[in-house]
Amino acid sequence: MRKIGKRCLIFDKKISIISSAGVVGPKEGQGPLAEYFDKCFDDSILGQDSWEKAESMLQKSAVETALKKCNKTSDDIDLIFAGDLLNQCTASSFGLMDLSIPFVGVYGACSTMALTLINAAISIESGAAQTAIAVTSSHFCSAERQYRFPLEYGGVRPLSSQWTVTGSGAAILSEGDDILVDSCTVGKIIDYGIKDSNNMGAAMAPDDVKIRPYPKLEGMVLYNAQIQYSRGF
Amino acid sequence: MNKKDYDKLVKKATPPSKKTRDFLFAFLIGGSICTIGQLLRELLLYLGFNEEKVGMTVSAALITLAAVLTGFKLFEKIAKHAGAGTLVPITGFANAVISPAIEFKPEGFVLGVGAKMFVIAGPVIVYGTVASALYGMVYWILSMF
Repeated sequence: MRKIGKRCLIFDKKISIISSAGVVGPKEGQGPLAEYFDKCFDDSILGQDSWEKAESMLQKSAVETALKKCNKTSDDIDLIFAGDLLNQCTASSFGLMDLSIPFVGVYGACSTMALTLINAAISIESGAAQTAIAVTSSHFCSAERQYRFPLEYGGVRPLSSQWTVTGSGAAILSEGDDILVDSCTVGKIIDYGIKDSNNMGAAMAPDDVKIRPYPKLEGMVLYNAQIQYSRGF
Repeated sequence: MNKKDYDKLVKKATPPSKKTRDFLFAFLIGGSICTIGQLLRELLLYLGFNEEKVGMTVSAALITLAAVLTGFKLFEKIAKHAGAGTLVPITGFANAVISPAIEFKPEGFVLGVGAKMFVIAGPVIVYGTVASALYGMVYWILSMF
């Protein structure tokens, strides 16, 4: 593993995503990406008695589907890096408990998938694991009540508010030569003082990877994307 | 980029709410709720109930209506368009108590429903009570002169 600059890592091994799976809830299943998902559930609660349990099921389903797609079982996996949006990563712990794979919980909110992929890749590069899984999930209903208001609360969603995905994604990493994770850059925490929980776009938009200056043009792109995004709801 | 510049960018990029539409819906739906209340009041007065009881009955009826609509997940659909129209009348307060009660039911009746029921309405009750106590004191002091 080579280090470029302060925080960019280039891996020597060919670390490949040998299998992946995405499972989603009903709203996502009706969206333009529907055909790319492995499973679209018709029911947000997945037959469970709480949203948190439903989210656990999503995560379990994503990992099981990814394992099935590459003909592996949980015994073939050395490490699993998982995280979600809930307190104490409840969905990950309870969802992946039955798989009995050594588990590392990762909390990074929207960056969880990137962080779990980075961790999985580094563990393979270092030899700590031969095969590792990176997985994350979120559920609109569990996130809404944890961060904002109960679903039945009669509030008005501002146009800047986003809709948390109900779904889970899993990627299995091992040496190979399909899609490669050949380098990574770990982000820094940047706080521009956004306090509005209904404007996550603004909280997450600043990034420290400055490919070009970030003024007007990108702001307009952001603006258009949000307009289009909020139109459907 | 510093916080100030970013804040400017965010303000520019964040779409503003559609004020005309919001005001109109709030006025129409909020107005309808008040009209229903007033009609009920007139009806009860016509039926010969006394003034004091009518006031309480109308409030209770609107609270019950909001609670039932919240239970059937209809309130949120109306409120999405009504905004302050459903929030300001007594219906908004009823919804603020009932919605967490429903939401947190999976966590049990004591630590879920009981504990979380006032998570939104709690501050209103606390500061409402404090404000009325302060008002009462001011009123009492002023009335001494």
